[in-house]
Amino acid sequence: MLGRKLARHGLAIIAMALLGGFLAATLVRLAPGFNTDEAQLDPRLNSASVQALKQVRADQSNIFRFYAHSLRRALRGDLGVSLSLGQPVNDLLRERIPLTLRLVGMGLLLSWAAVMALALSAARLRISAYDGLATTLSGTLVCLPAAVLALLSVLWNVPGALAIGLIIFPRDYRYTRNLLAKAYTRPHVLAARARGLGEGRILFWHIIPVAAPQILAVAGVSVSLALGATIPVEALCGLAGVGQLAWQAALSRDLPLLVNITILVTLVTLLANSGADLIGSMWRGQS
Amino acid sequence: MKAWRMVAWVVLLLVAGVSLAANRLAPAGYAKQYREAVAAPPTHQHWLGTDDVGRDRFARLLYGTRISLLLAPAAALLSTLMAALIGGLAGYLGGIWARAAMAMTDLFLSLPWLFLLITIRALMPLNVAPLVSVLVTFLLLGVLGWSSAARVLCSATTTLRNADFVRQAKASGIQGSRLFWIHVLPNLRPALYAQFWISIPVFILSEANLGILGLGVAEPLPSWGSLLKELEGMVSVGDEPWKFVPLILLIIVVTSFQLVLSNPDEVAA
Repeated sequence: MLGRKLARHGLAIIAMALLGGFLAATLVRLAPGFNTDEAQLDPRLNSASVQALKQVRADQSNIFRFYAHSLRRALRGDLGVSLSLGQPVNDLLRERIPLTLRLVGMGLLLSWAAVMALALSAARLRISAYDGLATTLSGTLVCLPAAVLALLSVLWNVPGALAIGLIIFPRDYRYTRNLLAKAYTRPHVLAARARGLGEGRILFWHIIPVAAPQILAVAGVSVSLALGATIPVEALCGLAGVGQLAWQAALSRDLPLLVNITILVTLVTLLANSGADLIGSMWRGQS
Repeated sequence: MKAWRMVAWVVLLLVAGVSLAANRLAPAGYAKQYREAVAAPPTHQHWLGTDDVGRDRFARLLYGTRISLLLAPAAALLSTLMAALIGGLAGYLGGIWARAAMAMTDLFLSLPWLFLLITIRALMPLNVAPLVSVLVTFLLLGVLGWSSAARVLCSATTTLRNADFVRQAKASGIQGSRLFWIHVLPNLRPALYAQFWISIPVFILSEANLGILGLGVAEPLPSWGSLLKELEGMVSVGDEPWKFVPLILLIIVVTSFQLVLSNPDEVAA
């Protein structure tokens, strides 16, 4: 049962990534200026070299051949060369992925620690002033562009991970708070409380098991939010991660690099969401 | 909540009114340089001071607000219409159409919004005329922002398709596009209305993000993104607090948009 589910999720992820890759390649192919190559204007090149460059472009003019060629190369582990940085995309990603993973991991940890602490206390205490304060905090943060939070983190010299945490926090807080508040009003929780069960026992036996699958789904989505937040945070805080690389690629129209980063991020997002779904359904099956 | 909603409406109308009167309130325009007062603090002549090239910050704020407040709703309208068309038709037709449309929606949703935006924005030429850059930025927001709304609308249409009154209309011989346009689409209005209002603040914030990253509206046209970019060079908050005015206005406007639709369930009911 679990094996079949895993296989289905795996196939869906692969299909989605391939489709995403094809769409990205199509967009690159259709982008204005695809057929022009500044290298052809280099006065040091002889006519044979210019012809060879033109031939390379001509080979890529058929979208299906272009995609098949890129896919074959990617399967061999060759993601091509960055046009703006002149380095293999594999090397660039290998250098930058660890920093981004650390940043995203820390950001998620900080955000979820704050979300759970505030949401649990707001749902449990049900003090309108406290709830209002927490809602106002998350409401203010949700009105701030991610890039402004990144700029403020530079201004106040706080770590980039905290900026990522603050970007994700309001999105997760609202859902989590509502889920927990709903779980606390369920009849069996009221009955448990009436029978004198301790708050810790109610939380771990009656609240968490009910709300966990949905909270896990929110956690899966927050990975995607955190990855999106890496672009402004890394770009504006001067952190050499994948987000900064994507921003540089966008500014210099380095499409091969941008497409590879896009596919990578899509894969991570799909894996995170599928992972959260799987754990959630396993949890549901157990409880 | 009703009172807050009224306040939000008043604030939005006030900000929109003032920004629409930008030509009267700042007749010199957003691009005029005051070379004798470069990076000046607020004065009677320049209420919010001038920027690094001597342009009046207040005038730029008024014109920038106008651009964001006019074009974000336009982009929201475009994305809502696309969502209605894709999600509505998918839900109405069902079967393979619904599965295909939802697979496409999943594909769009599987990519973080900002990654998708900068990837597509990078495919367009970056050195375009300022007016074209404004249109490209907001057009992209509209064209790419339909996916989550389409999912909601597909589910709403699927529910409507099985509703009694639709079955009765079918039994009366109303079929095809007539059934969709006359009986299904008008009943999607609350969901469409909610999606439209939800999209506006999202697009305003997205434009601000793109602008700060240098991928939004091109100079010399102002937008909230380009105005907030000024915060990049600040050393401390206390030095030039007036630079935070665009940010405060942005927070007020986005909060107001969210308060206008403070209870989506109520609207959708």
